[in-house]
Amino acid sequence: MLDDFLVRAALAGVGTALAAAPLGCFVVWRRMAFFGDATAHATLLGVALALALDISIFAGAAALALIVGLTVDRMAGPRLSGDTALGVLSHASLAAGLVAVSFLSGVPVDLSGYLFGDILAVSRTDLAVIWGGAAGVLTLIAWRWSALLTATVAEDLAIASGLSPERDRTILTVTLAVAIAVAIKAVGVLLIAALLVIPAAAARAVARTPEGMAALAIVIGCASALAGLQASLTFDTPAGPSMVCAAAAVFAVSRGAAALREALG
Amino acid sequence: MTAQRTAPLAHGDVEPDPPGAQGAPEVPGDDAASRPLVAAQGLSVALAGRTVLRGIDFSVSPGEIVTVVGPNGSGKSTLLRALIGAVAPADGRVVRRAGLRVGYVPQMLRIDATLPLTVSRFLSLPRRRSAVETAEALAAAGLPDLHARQMTELSGGQFQRVLLARALLDSPELLLLDEPTQGLDQPGSAAFYRRIAAVREETGCAVVMVSHELHVVMSASDRVICLNGHVCCEGAPAHVASAPEYRALFGTGTGGALALYRHDHDHSHDDDHTRSNDPDHDPWDVAARRHPDNPASPTRGQG
Repeated sequence: MLDDFLVRAALAGVGTALAAAPLGCFVVWRRMAFFGDATAHATLLGVALALALDISIFAGAAALALIVGLTVDRMAGPRLSGDTALGVLSHASLAAGLVAVSFLSGVPVDLSGYLFGDILAVSRTDLAVIWGGAAGVLTLIAWRWSALLTATVAEDLAIASGLSPERDRTILTVTLAVAIAVAIKAVGVLLIAALLVIPAAAARAVARTPEGMAALAIVIGCASALAGLQASLTFDTPAGPSMVCAAAAVFAVSRGAAALREALG
Repeated sequence: MTAQRTAPLAHGDVEPDPPGAQGAPEVPGDDAASRPLVAAQGLSVALAGRTVLRGIDFSVSPGEIVTVVGPNGSGKSTLLRALIGAVAPADGRVVRRAGLRVGYVPQMLRIDATLPLTVSRFLSLPRRRSAVETAEALAAAGLPDLHARQMTELSGGQFQRVLLARALLDSPELLLLDEPTQGLDQPGSAAFYRRIAAVREETGCAVVMVSHELHVVMSASDRVICLNGHVCCEGAPAHVASAPEYRALFGTGTGGALALYRHDHDHSHDDDHTRSNDPDHDPWDVAARRHPDNPASPTRGQG
């Protein structure tokens, strides 16, 4: 069954959505969208370094995402209002990654594959990395869910309950780095943040509890991945961007329905 | 990685361990019921390089209601945050009784509009509570059964009472309330403080609250601390209200408002009537409940 590249692509898309969607909820609640963008862009530099050092691309990308994530985390407060600092970091790391890739003489580099994803070329090894990463992310998030949620509402409430919001924020940064690294193959560094934010934002209009929102974001993320893949086959469009377009369409419908419901009642 | 190694610093120098931890050397046990629940010893706190609190000695005994008053920026919220361990002391220390159960109501909590959160889910943070427990806590906070409502749909008074309900869920021995009536009208805050007094009666917990509205909380307070970076003065409400350090910070007009509740002050009513036309001289006046600025140099307090 895994011999079929379409099956592998579908599994990769679903695995990526599984890791990204619940994390995306925290990205939305904690107003970290730009933070996600900055860490995602930084992974291109990690990819270039991995190619130069001939190590696993996933490891290089995850390491860079982690370094940038923890650095920003230490620089700014819990809610990351350092909008400009993130803007500088986000684009500087992307540019540095592009420059670094250009230095890789002798290595044939499919740049657009790293920028926009190459889900139709997913190998069995890639699949193992994606699903292993997704399982790790989901385990960590499920373990710290309540603590993270409390700290998201108010860090002082978490501290008064004997929790350590700072440690949980570090765990969140680590899981984000892993999720971003596994998502490169599916959507590429430029569109990873969209996979985090859009399903969660689309789920918000309907959800009444945090858990409901996370579950719905997973459903929307997986459905968008499969729909985008189908669209890519039907219309011969790039797969990664098609998946993001599908998620954006769900978002538009969900917001429209919410606005209509509000207007009527 | 390195970041995880630094994580335990989150609790700073606050001693002893979080609730549930075993054995605190400084405060051995519950042999002395009158022993302080929490104490600050020579506590100094610096935020962003600025010293906010200096040399605070402060303790809370079981069952007492302590009100902390002081001008804006005097470190009232920081003192409460130091007591729960949210800010690390620059000097001195905070000692909590081992296993102390704390209920905390923070100042001006805002729930992000992107976070869907029902009242019952909020009450179950961080630990799951049964429907019976949450219903009891809501009732104890003086609320009807709002469990299915969204937090963002509550009125200001309901929201503050839900925060109180959550703080009550752990059967706290110590309730810390940071300006819990901010945004409420006067009848609303009076009702809130009556509820606090009733909770103390029912559960025997100690209460420390920060308030601007001394005239409202006064009748329920056992002790008042007047804070301005340091403890200016402290004692029974009537004592503090007549203390020169307190009057230096809040103006003598306060005596007029306090007289509504306590009639044993030495002050001139004529003086109050003439001053009451000028809100700057009566910070507790309805029209100017928030004192606009610090009317006197802090150095006039005795330090």
